[in-house]
Amino acid sequence: MDRRTFLKRLGIGMAGMTCGGVMAPGRLNAQETGQDKEFLGILIDTTRCIGCRSCELACAETYGLPIPDIEDDSVFETERRTTETQWTVVNRYETDKGTVYAVKRCMHCNQPACVAACLVKAMKKQEEGPVTWAENCMGCKMCAFSCPFDKAILESHSPTPRIRKCFLCWDKRLVNGEIPACVEACPTEALVFGTRRELLEGARTRIYQHPDRYVHHIYGENEVGGTSVMYLSAVPFEQLGFRTDLGTTSLPELSTGFLYAVPIIFVLWPAFLLGVHRATQKKED
Amino acid sequence: MKGKQTSLQKRTLKDFIAFIIAELKPRGKIFTPFNIISAPILALGIILVIYRLIYGLGSVVAEAPGFPWGIWIGFNVMVGVAFAGGAYVLTFVVYILRSEKYHPIIRATILNGFLAYVFYAGAILLDLGRWWNIVNPLIGNKFGVNSVLFLVAWHFLLYMIAEFIEFSPAFAEWLGLKKIRTILHALTLGAVIFGITLSTLHQSGLGALVMMAKPNIHPLWYTEFIPVLFFVSGIFAGLSMVIFEGTISTRVFGYQLTDDFRRSYDDIVLGLAKTCAAVMFVYLFLKALVLIHSAQWSFIATPMGYWYLTEVVGLTLIPCILFLRGFRDGNITMIRIAAILTMAGIIINRCNYVFIAYKWYVPLSERYIPSWQEIVMALTIVFAHIWVFRWIAHRMAVYRKPPAWAVEQDKHAE
Repeated sequence: MDRRTFLKRLGIGMAGMTCGGVMAPGRLNAQETGQDKEFLGILIDTTRCIGCRSCELACAETYGLPIPDIEDDSVFETERRTTETQWTVVNRYETDKGTVYAVKRCMHCNQPACVAACLVKAMKKQEEGPVTWAENCMGCKMCAFSCPFDKAILESHSPTPRIRKCFLCWDKRLVNGEIPACVEACPTEALVFGTRRELLEGARTRIYQHPDRYVHHIYGENEVGGTSVMYLSAVPFEQLGFRTDLGTTSLPELSTGFLYAVPIIFVLWPAFLLGVHRATQKKED
Repeated sequence: MKGKQTSLQKRTLKDFIAFIIAELKPRGKIFTPFNIISAPILALGIILVIYRLIYGLGSVVAEAPGFPWGIWIGFNVMVGVAFAGGAYVLTFVVYILRSEKYHPIIRATILNGFLAYVFYAGAILLDLGRWWNIVNPLIGNKFGVNSVLFLVAWHFLLYMIAEFIEFSPAFAEWLGLKKIRTILHALTLGAVIFGITLSTLHQSGLGALVMMAKPNIHPLWYTEFIPVLFFVSGIFAGLSMVIFEGTISTRVFGYQLTDDFRRSYDDIVLGLAKTCAAVMFVYLFLKALVLIHSAQWSFIATPMGYWYLTEVVGLTLIPCILFLRGFRDGNITMIRIAAILTMAGIIINRCNYVFIAYKWYVPLSERYIPSWQEIVMALTIVFAHIWVFRWIAHRMAVYRKPPAWAVEQDKHAE
């Protein structure tokens, strides 16, 4: 090998390494960060919910969404999903233990798939826990595609669509030191706001004190790696329209194996291809 | 001296413009059946594209809450990229393994791959709600470096450049730029190696895109090996496309084919068929392995299970056997049928991940069914690709022999 080919190969190798480095994941996206701050969240006790929809009203007022008519009970006839203009919806379920109301909204996962999916970091898991959205979004909808709860929604009828979902009142109230509007509006304290640790302790206490009233499971404690919005229930969660097949692995972890393979391939593949190219060369060349 | 030079330049610029204008004019018959079908769709499609970009996604896209991606991602992007896989596979065979056998079809395949990326990666733009922000991941209005989509976006862009470089000697020949062609030709190997690496990563990366949606994808389709399956199926999808494209091109561009090309063409198709069969066997083996390990047998006897069998047996195993038989008997027609079946299988496979086996539990009435506007726009992209391909193939040395000076240049280079 003469000096020229050596330098050439060194150059290719180094270019490969640099590209590999740039394209490689530095750390797992959306990993629980900020050990100094604890995630804030909401504990929803469905045994206390009376289906008054005050939370829906408070949410709409805070974010300037169309005001829902909360006197109208006909909305309970079908199971509603959150939409671009309704970020929190109360649904009615007929269960083994009678009628139960459950409010559905973004779960603010500890390691959100939507955040890991975002290629411009428009979706962000704030250190305080809320999952928020920013204007540099491309509208690729990969967050919506990856969300296990179907809660990231792109406005479809706007020429400048935004991702609309519960932001835990991050920008409107949390930054001012206030608690989320839905929690404040709840007349029965079915919704409690606090750090995730406190909420879990509180939830466990309720289960221990009233072992007959609750199923012994806190939905959101471990689902998809844990969420900041958590639920207590008197009946198995599938009767309240919850998915119980989500597993406890955080979703971003599912694609990290691939992401870790990227820099390896980026460095080894060109070297291998160049090697094969040289190996197949005929003598006379 | 100086004045003389500028006048020379002026004249060449004038000549150049005249040359481009002459080349822009259509050649051949205008009222062919293909044109009669494609031209109105193209015209309508272009209007719809503009309408959609101004008025937003909801103005044309079927409303289906919970199904964020439709045929533009499932068909145009995912399938388009898989079909474009032939380019990197053949550059590997021709430039890395130095197989002269496939040299006659390399330019057509690279051009097809390049245009596929331009148009089908371009189809992403249609599906972006905030399409004017498409430059953000490139200019660094936040680099989401840990997102699979970030990786795929960058790889699309870089691969387009690599493929353009691979094809660029043909451009230089067309414009008569001798010196530039030497430089571009020298870049080919680098572009090929870079291109193969990028392709390996983003073909599998498209599979990795859907991995976080595990709870939303039917267990028969979800496996941690999705990226590997996408990579392997991209190889035979791309080669099937090469066979299919060749079937049509050898007729349309028949007038410019060299005798060498005609003699070796059947042999090329047989070789491609054999490769397809082998790669499909590997793919089916992986599929079987995944099915056995995941122990999802019980799902086979459900409607989704039958759909799975349609894809894996009907549109992968059967074409695999047809490829093999076609190769053994030297039956080109059988190989062509196999290629079409394989392509149908790939279309179904990719769409399964995006909207068919995705949220399989949602009843049909609430499912995503593409609107007519979406279909017209999807077809517009396909036809635009074909029109541009045809325009270039009529004018540049895609199938025909490169000009004598270019051949001479290559001999000197070696």
